[in-house]
Amino acid sequence: MDIVGNVLPQVLKDEATEDKGEMARLQSFVGAIAVADLVKTTLGPKGMDKILKPTGPGQEMTHITVTNDGATILKSMYVENPAAKILIEISKTQDEEVGDGTTTVAVLAGELLREGEKLIQKRIHPQHVIAGWRIARDVALKRLRDISSENDIESQEFHNDLVKIARTTLSSKLITQDRDYFADLCVKAVLRLKGSSNLDYIQIIKLPGGTIRDSYLDDGFILKKQITIGCKRRIENAKILVANTAMDYDKIKIYGTKVKVNSMDKVAEIEAAEKEKMKHKVDKILKYQPTVFVNRQLIYNYPEQLLADSGITVIEHADFEGMERVAAATGAEILSTFDAPERRDSVLGHCDLIEEIMIGEEKMIKFTGCKKNEACTIVLRGSSIHILDEVDRSIHDVLCVLTTTVKNRRVVWGGGNSEMQMAAACEEEAKKVQGKQALAIEAYARALRQIPTIICDNGGYDSAELIQNFNVELQKGNLTFGLNMNDGTIGDMQELGVKECMRVKEQAVMAASEAAELIMRVDDIVKCAPRKRDRA
Amino acid sequence: MSLAFDDYGRPYIILRDQGQKKRMKGLEAYKSNILAAKAVANTLSSSLGPKGMDKMLVSPDGDVSVTNDGATIVEKMEIQHPTAKLLVELSQSQDAEIGDGTTGVVVLAGKLLEQALTLLDKGIHPLKISDGFDRACDVAIKHLETISEEIDIQANEHEALIQAACTALGSKVVSKRKRELGKIAVTAVLDVADLARRDVNLDLIKIQTKTGGSVEDTRLISGILIDKDMSHPQMPKEVNDARICLLTCPFEPPKPKTKHNINISSAEDYKKLYQQEQQYFVDMVKLVKASGANIALCQWGFDDEANHLLLQNELPAVRWVSGTDVELIAMATGARIIPRFQEITPEKLGKAGCVKEVQFGTSNERMLVIENCQCTKAVTILIRGGSQMIVDEAKRSIHDAICVIRNLIKDNRIVYGGGSAELACAIQVLQYADEVSSVEQYAIRSFADALEGIPCCLADNCGLNPITSVAQAKSRQLKENNPRIGIDCMELGTTDMKEQRIYETLSSKKQQIQLATQVVKMILKIDDVIAPDDY
Repeated sequence: MDIVGNVLPQVLKDEATEDKGEMARLQSFVGAIAVADLVKTTLGPKGMDKILKPTGPGQEMTHITVTNDGATILKSMYVENPAAKILIEISKTQDEEVGDGTTTVAVLAGELLREGEKLIQKRIHPQHVIAGWRIARDVALKRLRDISSENDIESQEFHNDLVKIARTTLSSKLITQDRDYFADLCVKAVLRLKGSSNLDYIQIIKLPGGTIRDSYLDDGFILKKQITIGCKRRIENAKILVANTAMDYDKIKIYGTKVKVNSMDKVAEIEAAEKEKMKHKVDKILKYQPTVFVNRQLIYNYPEQLLADSGITVIEHADFEGMERVAAATGAEILSTFDAPERRDSVLGHCDLIEEIMIGEEKMIKFTGCKKNEACTIVLRGSSIHILDEVDRSIHDVLCVLTTTVKNRRVVWGGGNSEMQMAAACEEEAKKVQGKQALAIEAYARALRQIPTIICDNGGYDSAELIQNFNVELQKGNLTFGLNMNDGTIGDMQELGVKECMRVKEQAVMAASEAAELIMRVDDIVKCAPRKRDRA
Repeated sequence: MSLAFDDYGRPYIILRDQGQKKRMKGLEAYKSNILAAKAVANTLSSSLGPKGMDKMLVSPDGDVSVTNDGATIVEKMEIQHPTAKLLVELSQSQDAEIGDGTTGVVVLAGKLLEQALTLLDKGIHPLKISDGFDRACDVAIKHLETISEEIDIQANEHEALIQAACTALGSKVVSKRKRELGKIAVTAVLDVADLARRDVNLDLIKIQTKTGGSVEDTRLISGILIDKDMSHPQMPKEVNDARICLLTCPFEPPKPKTKHNINISSAEDYKKLYQQEQQYFVDMVKLVKASGANIALCQWGFDDEANHLLLQNELPAVRWVSGTDVELIAMATGARIIPRFQEITPEKLGKAGCVKEVQFGTSNERMLVIENCQCTKAVTILIRGGSQMIVDEAKRSIHDAICVIRNLIKDNRIVYGGGSAELACAIQVLQYADEVSSVEQYAIRSFADALEGIPCCLADNCGLNPITSVAQAKSRQLKENNPRIGIDCMELGTTDMKEQRIYETLSSKKQQIQLATQVVKMILKIDDVIAPDDY
């Protein structure tokens, strides 16, 4: 009913709902803050993990995930609240763009909205809040860029920076005990890429068994496949032909072809022709004189035997990714036709040694001394597949952060230092701004300061005291100070060697502000009637 | 449902399934219709203006979008009520014709209906009301034209265009970067505009979105961006001085449309067929190569063997390029779309300075950029942003800005925004009302009130006192005879919209008033609604 008492006709579809004004705002705040609160306990070196259990029937649904990675948690959650979905979305984008800081971005957006809600309760118009946030964001980003430092990519300092960044990233993960070991491992792997950000070249193989400490970086390339029986298990100075071709039987590709014969003899003839066709293909392959033949597709017994007879080691069923990696690592071309043996030298890949190795219980093929030395493999060991999955995610985060750092090169001090400095910058700015926006700028500073506060809280320390002391140190001019979460004190980050990638922080601040602004601007939520699904 | 009875008291069945239908007649129908339409207008009214708010819309599948664009809001609301649907169409036709002002048109229609409701209560016949609205509309349009100003779009590096784009972007979530985005939009439109004919083919501006980064990272690419990569991982990632062969036939053995069978009955045939098949691929690649092309873009797929032959012949290729992209590339590079391999000739190739693959973020997503095309008449705006919702909204906003710029190139007359034009029209209409001696006078006066509703609504959204600020602006307009006094939404200290440089196109304003009046007239003509009952 409207104000005059007229019955409003139904405008939207049945089951569709519309919330306006305060109700809409309340809904989005509640949703966004709930999501932020859910992941915030995972923040920082003393953050806790979450168990994710899928719902629904079926064998595969019983597989649980234990993780500390914000994006993984948020991605697997099923939420109905639209504002919560926006937070999940930014977390995903953060993951795709820089690979780390996925929890930070969601928590920061949530804290911004929490502050925003308070301002709205003080009857400040959302647009004023947004105006203030925009000023604050620019100030914060400027400060972030100002405090970041850059080292030359070839220098030893840069290398040290990378190790420190890797250590910082790992410190919040499951493998924090072995972070020095893994930091070193990841930095080595990333430096092999020589500035490219193609993480495809770094292969991660997970094998249950052993302890996490048994994980290692292999400078060769490991293919999780087996060498076909009857072939040589160790090939030195290998010439590798990588192919993507049908080696079961060649389908006739011309449309509408049917083989129709009228007698048994003819069947035999065709069969022979087919066999000969395959033989022909094998002959053509042999002209390239490879010593190893890797095919993406299945290889039938007959061609396999022909190849093995010629002393060629055959690897079949290498999947697309595996094949591309082999090709990239050994410098081979992926062939589908075999009519140009004269181009042999340029199409064959080369590596010093191929051998079958055993890792744990499994047989694998290792390529060492490849032509292009960019590829490498990280073999992860651990007592259970859940641990391995989590380690894999952590390593992925680290690799992403490291490649981002290699690209961007700017680093900042960790331990909440950058957030505190940004907050300080916002507060300074707030003093200069006239109008209600200043309140929003202060709120922005408070939200930024929440990040180190939560890190402290998660560690079980007295956050109020620590943050205050921290602030005092910064005021004194000790700009490299930060939280030392091992002892629960304030320490010099320079001594502790805690560094973070500037780009990750930058992206987190940008994305969180954008999302908070987006949610803040909403004053009306229309939910359409859910689509009716017929039960199959 | 009203019933008719015969002499014996038995009801006549007039409509099929009469008992199951709901029927509203007369005043009841008018009021119900108006209320439904008003409900939609009310939802939109808080989105109007630079401080307007956004709406969050959840689709039937649970996807969330946040938007400020009137046409998008009403489209995604899935409105069911028949009269309210008319407003949806109203907003959409404004979108199709002008591209901007989709919120304003619905709000104006809502205000007009509100006025109509009070007139109906006074006992004025609906047709008289619509007649009056019609006459008032004519007066308003005429006045709009007299107060409109021609601007020089070329002056000062297209400053006027940028300002107009900024006005359009001002109400969106991207307003922080409105100047940068406005410049991008202006450059994009001018790049493809045909200034001699004063026409812009908006198909030539491709808007590609990619999440990640921030809205600031949005940039203009003077070329075409396609979301594809090379068909073979080992093909070169960059082709300079590209000669592009644009194909719409697959690198596969031909598939004639007629149904046919090839019967193989002997081993000899079998072998011949095999050779034939191999030959196809070789011939295809040879034909492309012979034309001098150094990159092939194909709308269809490649056979593995053909793909490798392309690599072997050092001919980078891209497969599954979408149909719209193919057309765009053809226009930009001057390539002819080639439907058969036999028809490839050197003069049908397109030329571009550079074709290269670019990579984004940590995930392995790559896109192809075609730069420095021969006939540079195609540009891409690559929109970045923190999340899918932002990127989508930015895309809609940029589209609005582009439309505004196009309209200005077509017709460089502008009126000033901030409600000043509506206010000026309202004053004019009010004057005219007193000259009319019939019943319509009341309707005309109400029309003026409805027009005033727009600045009222603007002021309301900005947190100003709507009645005070509109009254102030109106009295100043009359006193100073200055039709540029409006509402100071941004609190810049001046109400002269010329100083604030809030430009709106005349065509958009005209269209808004005309369309809104039309729809209101249509709603006012409905006196009977027959619809299936809910149950």
